Amino acid sequence: MSKVVIKCDSVYKIFGAKAQKMLQEANGNVDAKTFQDKGCIVGVNNASFEVSKGEILVVMGLSGSGKSTLLRCISRLTEATAGKIFIEGVDLLSLSNKQLIDLRRNKMGMVFQSFALLPHKTVVENIAFPLQIKGIKTQETIKKAMEMIKLVGLDGRENYFPRELSGGQQQRVGIARSLAVEPDIWFLDEPFSALDPLIRKEMQDEFLRLQLKLQKTIMFITHDFDEALKLADRIIIMKDGIIEQLDTPANIVLNPETDYVRRFTEEVPREKVLKIEDVMDEISNENLSDFKVSKDSIIGHVANKILSQDKNIAVVDDSNQIVGTVNPSKIISTVFGGKRKNI
Amino acid sequence: MELLKKYPNLFQWLFLFIVFFFLCFAIDVPETYKFIRAQAEFVKDPNQVSFTVLGAEVRYYPFDNFWRLPPLLGWLPIWVNDSIVFLLEEWMPIEVWNEDLQEFKKQPLILILTRSISAFMTFVIELIREIPLGGVETIVAFTSWEWLDANPWAKLPGLPWTVVTAGTAILGYKLGGKGLGIFAGVTMIYVSIFGQWEPSMQTLSFILVATPLSFIFGLILGIMAFKSKTVEKFLNPIIMVMQTMPQYSVLVPALVLFGNGDHAAVIITMIVAIPPMILLTLLGLRSVPLEVIEAGKMSGCNNFQLMFKVLIPTARRDILIGVNQVIMVCFSMAVIAAYIGAKGLGWNLLLALNQLNIGVALEAGLCISLIAILLDKMSLAWANKQIDYFGKLTFFERYKNTLFFAASVIIGVIIAYIGSFYLINGFNYLFEIPHNKGISTAGFWNKGVDWIFDTFFYSLKLFNTWLITEVLQPMRALFLRMPAVATLVLIIGSGYIIGGIRSALIVGGLSLFIALSPWWDRALVTTYMTVFGVIVSCVIGLIVGTLCFQNKHTMRFMLNVCDIFQTFPSFVYLIPVMMLFGITDTSVLIAVIVYATIPAVRYTIEGLRSVPTVLHDVASMSGVTKIQRLLKIEFPLAFPHMMLGLNQTIVFALFMVIIGAFIGTEDLGQYILKALSDKKGAGIGLLLGVCVAFIGLIFDNLIRTWVDKRKKHLGIV
Repeated sequence: MSKVVIKCDSVYKIFGAKAQKMLQEANGNVDAKTFQDKGCIVGVNNASFEVSKGEILVVMGLSGSGKSTLLRCISRLTEATAGKIFIEGVDLLSLSNKQLIDLRRNKMGMVFQSFALLPHKTVVENIAFPLQIKGIKTQETIKKAMEMIKLVGLDGRENYFPRELSGGQQQRVGIARSLAVEPDIWFLDEPFSALDPLIRKEMQDEFLRLQLKLQKTIMFITHDFDEALKLADRIIIMKDGIIEQLDTPANIVLNPETDYVRRFTEEVPREKVLKIEDVMDEISNENLSDFKVSKDSIIGHVANKILSQDKNIAVVDDSNQIVGTVNPSKIISTVFGGKRKNI
Repeated sequence: MELLKKYPNLFQWLFLFIVFFFLCFAIDVPETYKFIRAQAEFVKDPNQVSFTVLGAEVRYYPFDNFWRLPPLLGWLPIWVNDSIVFLLEEWMPIEVWNEDLQEFKKQPLILILTRSISAFMTFVIELIREIPLGGVETIVAFTSWEWLDANPWAKLPGLPWTVVTAGTAILGYKLGGKGLGIFAGVTMIYVSIFGQWEPSMQTLSFILVATPLSFIFGLILGIMAFKSKTVEKFLNPIIMVMQTMPQYSVLVPALVLFGNGDHAAVIITMIVAIPPMILLTLLGLRSVPLEVIEAGKMSGCNNFQLMFKVLIPTARRDILIGVNQVIMVCFSMAVIAAYIGAKGLGWNLLLALNQLNIGVALEAGLCISLIAILLDKMSLAWANKQIDYFGKLTFFERYKNTLFFAASVIIGVIIAYIGSFYLINGFNYLFEIPHNKGISTAGFWNKGVDWIFDTFFYSLKLFNTWLITEVLQPMRALFLRMPAVATLVLIIGSGYIIGGIRSALIVGGLSLFIALSPWWDRALVTTYMTVFGVIVSCVIGLIVGTLCFQNKHTMRFMLNVCDIFQTFPSFVYLIPVMMLFGITDTSVLIAVIVYATIPAVRYTIEGLRSVPTVLHDVASMSGVTKIQRLLKIEFPLAFPHMMLGLNQTIVFALFMVIIGAFIGTEDLGQYILKALSDKKGAGIGLLLGVCVAFIGLIFDNLIRTWVDKRKKHLGIV
């Protein structure tokens, strides 16, 4: 089993003057309505989960669902009201201010929705900023920052000011800055929400490319369900501060646990989300067609070829071992049939 | 009933007015009442009664308590004054080594403190002043007069005016491009050849000392207020009072504490200039986006790094706008501080006005205005300038401006040196054009004033008499006819209707303070002049603003005019009105109206402009006429913002009424002016200032509360 990097244990965040007291009285049974009547707003309600090394955990929810608050509790930009948070086994909430700064300087990077660049610094200075804050020599920080600029593909623009860049370019700077200290944990708070659809798609691909190379432990916040499906290893769906479901994209689409989650999954084009692996049957000894398909392929990409076969198709893994079979009619029923089942 | 549904407060207002008028008629004017100097004049008169609090005897004319409240706070100014004197002369004596007597002497702590601050300020001012003007004071500060007599060559030479002019032009060019550079150069040349060089440099050096100091203190206090709610809560009321307090009245305590002269003026200027700096620092820091702060924190900033590497640079523009404000306040104080002996343009202006030499006053005033515009434009250009990247420029491109300045220093010095050979007998005009030796247009202006008087004397006089006898006197009589109780009921009632109990308590407290002070009658006169000025200004402002709003070009033109007029120190406005109307109440009121119309016009235009364009389109598509659109859409929506303009108009008018005391009024301002020459005036001056500030704050509270409610109602926040 891979190493757990972030661990949350019944984390609560409640805004309001009497938050602590009310939470104690509620005895772990927090109801947003009753709290609101007494002047407290529930941000995060009993969140428990773990993130393993190298995993992309996407937190999805609409505005006001507490997803950003959850992230800020874990980065300790706001203090959680109750619960425990462990970063690599260290109790985050017990850290002193100095230790916290140390942790942020070395272990954490964060990207923001509105980019949050410093307007008075050039691209290269912005990226070098976290390094300079650490007290590294200017020459070295510039050298490192230039590497980062290359990494995010902004070569030649290092001396521009943020105001001279497009939104997509600005966010590349934000990404480069958050990666400059080579953090193990990478927080992204709706990084692409402020961008145009086409740029957003480009940036998502760029993000996946970077992750393939860097293998960070990631918490990614978004309100866009499609984005969540595209990027996530696992997804948390939040509503009113409560985690509605925590699962892999495929499982969320195939087995939504609550009505709320189902409302999101209904409109999702399954063939673009599900992999062959998710719909394949057990290995049987029947006659298989010559065409073979990888278990990791997205259904939409191979559907055409599968549907042109008469017989069942063999599913193979990375080492070309047959691990299952898939029936063309099964493909049709998953893609179109799923919806009917849910109505 | 329909009406009541639409205006739910109508009944309350009606009731309030009925009570008010009932009280007005029910309470008779006492037979002994005439418009006396003050209820608690400090001269003895057998008709007065007296009481003693804390050793201070308060004498006053007793009236029916409904008519005028007794001045129960009359002891306060005396007590404040005594406390200041006590602190200064007796409190906490400590041993100090006396250089002259060669022995230890006992001196009170505060006196030592104020003396050392004064000495330090004097030194700094002289140092800065001697850079453009030359002199010996700085050298004397390090040595002694005897040493100087032995070494007559030791003297700071001062810069030739050509060099200072070139320097200003280059700075203007660097900050705001060609146009500003030329304007800066022309202004300085004008100042020089019209013989105003010396006073201008004195005033500028005053600003060069006061501005950075105010900036630093304002920034520090602003940061502290940003960090701590307690500090903010503590500073807030002080800032509010300071911003509505007339500049005259702070001069008086400064006079007592620091004496007469430039140093006292600088210190008091700082006290006036720091509040706006605090406010704008706070505003700037507050407007830094939360995510930028979070980004700073996530980059691992500690508190210090977060403040100085993230927050302040990001809030740069707002903070520099604060600097602009500080400069403008310093400049207007530099003029008014002439009353406590600050040298410079203000001093000359005051002198000329006192001698009724309008021509000379006009020249000084023009100089002041030009420099004010220049300072304003330059500091604004600095605030709006964005940082550029210099990395790839050549050495010459990077240091172009410095090189040009260095060249101008060399050339200027050489020219001045050559000049000293050719202009031996007279003055070296290439080094400095002495005061009153430049070109002067004073004679021309004085003739102009005479001509105006000769030609328009009768019509002006007629207008004057008509205004005073038909409008002003009756209005004043009406204000004075209000029994104190009726006025208090009106103010508190309005507060209650507009803002509930909280507002009622605040405005009630403020007005009660004035009512219990010895100057209620005077406050009424101040209020009447202010109200008159504000009404006329608002009518003019509304009409002019609305008309100018109809066309993009006139609108921009008008806003520019407002910008420029606003930069003039308020004192300057007295010159043209004295020129036209002589020394009468009319002059004061016209100055008040002109000055107060600026915010009235500006806020009308800005209010109308703040109406979203979408609503214009909606209205047009519904087929409205221009008039309908104005009345049904633009005015109702712009009204809250225009009311904020009313607020500003009142503050401006109040300031001008007080400054009008220089021409001669009978209100609070006159008393402040008197306190300036009174040995025991510190407490009186300060409390008079507080009274004026309270008048302003009463209006401010009522209007602001109403606007906030209205905006919430309309959904504009």
